[in-house]
Amino acid sequence: MNRIKQKLQEDKKILSIYFTAGYPSLNDTVKIIQDLEKSGVDLIEIGLPFSDPLADGPTIQASSTAALKNGMTTSLLFEQLKNIRKTVSIPLILMGYFNPVLQYGVEAFCQKCEEIGIDGLILPDLPLDVYQEEYEPIFKKHGLINVFLITPQTSDTRIKAIDDASEGFIYMVSSASTTGTKEGFGPEQAAYFERIAAMNLKNPQIVGFGISNTQTFQQATAQTKGAIIGSAFIKHLTQNGVDGISGFVGQIR
Amino acid sequence: MSYHADERGYYGEFGGAFIPEMLYPNCEELRQNYLQIMAEPSFQEEFHQLLKDYVGRPTPLYYAERLSKKYNTKIYLKREDLCHTGAHKVNNTIGQILMAKRLGKHRIIAETGAGQHGVATATVCALMGIECVVYMGEIDIARQAPNVARMKMLGAEVRPATSGSKTLKDATNEAIRDWINNPVDTHYIIGSVVGPHPYPDMVARFQSVISEEIKSQLFEKEGRENPDFVVACVGGGSNAAGAFYHFLDTPEVGIIAVEAAGKGIHSGESAATSALGKVGIIHGSKTLLMQTPDGQITEPYSISAGLDYPGVGPLHAHLYTSGRGEFISITDDEAMKAGLDLCKLEGIIPAIESSHALAIFKDRKFNEDDVVVVNLSGRGDKDLQNYIDYFKL
Ligand SMILES: Cc1ncc(COP(=O)(O)O)c(C=O)c1O
Repeated sequence: MNRIKQKLQEDKKILSIYFTAGYPSLNDTVKIIQDLEKSGVDLIEIGLPFSDPLADGPTIQASSTAALKNGMTTSLLFEQLKNIRKTVSIPLILMGYFNPVLQYGVEAFCQKCEEIGIDGLILPDLPLDVYQEEYEPIFKKHGLINVFLITPQTSDTRIKAIDDASEGFIYMVSSASTTGTKEGFGPEQAAYFERIAAMNLKNPQIVGFGISNTQTFQQATAQTKGAIIGSAFIKHLTQNGVDGISGFVGQIR
Repeated sequence: MSYHADERGYYGEFGGAFIPEMLYPNCEELRQNYLQIMAEPSFQEEFHQLLKDYVGRPTPLYYAERLSKKYNTKIYLKREDLCHTGAHKVNNTIGQILMAKRLGKHRIIAETGAGQHGVATATVCALMGIECVVYMGEIDIARQAPNVARMKMLGAEVRPATSGSKTLKDATNEAIRDWINNPVDTHYIIGSVVGPHPYPDMVARFQSVISEEIKSQLFEKEGRENPDFVVACVGGGSNAAGAFYHFLDTPEVGIIAVEAAGKGIHSGESAATSALGKVGIIHGSKTLLMQTPDGQITEPYSISAGLDYPGVGPLHAHLYTSGRGEFISITDDEAMKAGLDLCKLEGIIPAIESSHALAIFKDRKFNEDDVVVVNLSGRGDKDLQNYIDYFKL
């Protein structure tokens, strides 16, 4: 069974951490993954850096720019991850923009993911209809779960369509924003969390954007399966390098 | 076969809306409404009234006699340089501000490279009394000071884009990010036939007034609506889309798109997207774009700030790969010479972007009785410093 699905069956709140591959230093990727697993994180999103990350705020943008400057490429990331399954068993998701995947070749990319032991992909700018018409069979053939996003602006009808197309979980973007822009939650999020909970979707939801500490983690997961931390972890890496990852994770839960 | 967008915004394999879910409601609202709003008689009336009384349309179709004599063919210039604000860009911003009003939006955002589209957007926002924020790369702000001042005088806030390469593509990224963060009250006025569906089609429709006028004006002068060739420069491709629009499905009319070769196509400093680009995704559109083998978008170069976009609109990608359009690239030097040539022969100082279109006649020969319409997309006032530096005036 796919590691993401297996993890989601556990009776616990999922803590997922995002980081940008190639940041802070080019060869930190494997150590960060290993330390995150050791620290008790449930799921890892490995960011494939892109020159033009439309949906990201300043923190993740800067990490992408730095990672590219460090020399990160798709091929190099695959090279770094080649033996990752010898040391970790945590579910791994690659997150990135669609253009680098398209240039690598979607089939070749998915093939490589399977070889390495990647469990899923998040490609925010690969739209639902294009995925279903052109790429779904390829993803499935290679055992990859494709994760879709919803936002407070997404209509109920579209959420249902996304729920039908999903397997694994739904990435619930907490507010209409780019990553790392808004911290914490207000009444708008409470209403949104209520609305989604009441929809009884078939897929569990994991909340992302705006989560940085115990309080926001607890708020985000009160009615959902889990939460994702991105910008706050990148800031930690900026300040501390790859040291103290377990300390960072420990203060979340 | 049609060269226009299908209802999902595809031109052949190009176009579509490759956008994150955060942008879906924004684009969807526009997609569901734009054709209907544009078809409303009250919209058409207001749009055409403003184009006439405010922009100064129709712009003349001018027979350039001395230029024609020099190249031994019949050259007409479509005088978009005479539009209010100095370029064709305002045709689109007038259309989009009216669209924004009908969609109930209270705030406008835009991106700009050289500042022409920013000025055209700030202008219509002033006209309508709507808040306006223009994103501009930090590097462009430094090198386009007069247009920054114009936008400020017109009441717009100019926000520096400090990410990535700090130029047009990054200003576009910042505008898109703003739209993600302000999905309800804000309309994004994109400046060319680029971006996710329905933008390429919507902007092309607003600019199509150019070829609509060419048809009737040419009929008056030549007794026929169709020229043998239409020529336009391509940055993102909006003036070209407007000039080609009503001829796209008329195969007798040759379509010539002119890109900026910068210091030479293979110099590493160029914006010749059709020659150097590969299929990919930029700003939500599947099109040809300049990128590394790894899929990172690269920074283009041209002496004309309006042509240095690393992609082209999906319409143009389709015209190129289908063979419907003839694509020519022109270097900085060729364009500058052709610009000065037009000054001397016709008394018209063209924008450097437009000079690229004028520069094709040196090598691309036409028959003596061919009617060739060149879209003179803008005037050269904004480029004076460039002309001064280049020719040591
Ligand atoms: C005078 C002029 N022509 C052409 C362009 C290029 O844009 P497009 O290809 O969208 O017409 C610009 C852009 O700033 C411009 O100012």
